[in-house]
Amino acid sequence: MSWNRKHLLDIESLTPEEIITVLDTARAFKAVGERAIKKVPALRGKTVVNLFIEPSTRTRISFELAAQRLTADVINFSAEASSLKKGETLKDTARNLEALNADIIIIRHSATGAPHFLSRFLNACVVNAGDGAHEHPTQALLDTFTIREKKGKIAGLNVTILGDILYSRVARSNIWALLKLGARVTLCGPSTLVPRVFEQMGCRVSYNVDEAIADADIINLLRIQHERQRKSMFPSLGEYVSLFGLNKKRLALTKPDALIMHPGPINRGVEIDSEIADCRRSVILDQVTNGLAVRMAVLFLVNGGKGPQEVGAS
Amino acid sequence: MPESTLILNASAIQRALMRIAHEIAERNDASSEVVLVGIQRGGVTLARRLSALLAGIWSHPVPTGSLDVSMHRDDLDRRLSPAMHPTVIPFDVTAKTVVLVDDVLFSGRTVRAAMDALNDFGRPKRIQLAVLIDRGHRELPIKADFVGKNVPTALAENVHVQLGETGGADAVHLEKP
Repeated sequence: MSWNRKHLLDIESLTPEEIITVLDTARAFKAVGERAIKKVPALRGKTVVNLFIEPSTRTRISFELAAQRLTADVINFSAEASSLKKGETLKDTARNLEALNADIIIIRHSATGAPHFLSRFLNACVVNAGDGAHEHPTQALLDTFTIREKKGKIAGLNVTILGDILYSRVARSNIWALLKLGARVTLCGPSTLVPRVFEQMGCRVSYNVDEAIADADIINLLRIQHERQRKSMFPSLGEYVSLFGLNKKRLALTKPDALIMHPGPINRGVEIDSEIADCRRSVILDQVTNGLAVRMAVLFLVNGGKGPQEVGAS
Repeated sequence: MPESTLILNASAIQRALMRIAHEIAERNDASSEVVLVGIQRGGVTLARRLSALLAGIWSHPVPTGSLDVSMHRDDLDRRLSPAMHPTVIPFDVTAKTVVLVDDVLFSGRTVRAAMDALNDFGRPKRIQLAVLIDRGHRELPIKADFVGKNVPTALAENVHVQLGETGGADAVHLEKP
């Protein structure tokens, strides 16, 4: 058992053993979700704040349900309805939440490093739910959990991440997690969205989809992050679909047991053909189910990471 | 180097388990209502052994499961989060006599957590407790129904139960710091 962290800020700083600890713990919490009574008292009396400065539905709901299944009280805080609109700084907002005795603050923010910033002055645990184009650690944990569950292992697998890599925090967190666990990672997409600089992380970069997915055990599709692109990164959506979209013809070239993943929300007819999204090789909905278990595990573990300090205090 | 005293050897453990199995059989006339649930980690192996012994006495298999109590502990914000082990209860505990099995009974807090955790799976008719070693120092009003051996201990001492299934020979040692 190796987890003594109070925060989950990114995957980059985790050891392979810490990642495995989260995945093992998540397996136990997944079993809880399959029972008639899906709730355990592990975070009874704790207050969890969803501090979502950038809009999100699925991640927020997943964290909210995870906290509730652990018997914590949950407050949802969204930017639109908050004093941030009235000019309050992030630091002041977070301090105010802590003054309400929040134990765990889950933050999503459009700025890279926002969770790290909070962790420097808050006593509460901080969990990164996505910071800009930097990292989205729980997404990478649920993706690796799903891969391990379906394939029985991660080391030695060929994982191809296809799409908008440059603006994707999901891609960065996944690359870190997969490489730490011994997978081979290939990145593919338009050259403007998949710069060669990713080779320095230890990935293979390809601009030919058919070649990139031929040996893949896992094909992870990413959405085009229009909201982050400051300028047009490729000529047209139609061209993207014809050059990089996953369709039946391309799927026929892949290994018959290659799995298709997508962090959602999916754009049917763009990065993925509608039929493929619903086919048996698609594990997109398993990812959603597993996301809940992984987030329960993360909340459970960071809560314990605070433990020794409290013992010292008592 | 801590001083270690052998309390039970392999044959003494075997005799203790056989006696516990007979006591469980004597206490429970309706053998078909009895299920065993071992508490992770030490209780799981013992529950499997008791299950085999009871199956021999009753001439029918006795449903056996395992229970991890980590999520129900009362000290979760005072320590690092514990490692999780599988909870597998492949039967309905409602209206059954559940015999919880653990290796060492100490403060009683693990047993309290186990009773809470068991409630999430149904409403047993009754819960009984079988332990290989009762070392005293209870912090809760909990008492075992079946005890392999009572061992008076000092708080700082440690009782180490080693079973063949997890490596080494069967043995129980009392370790002084």
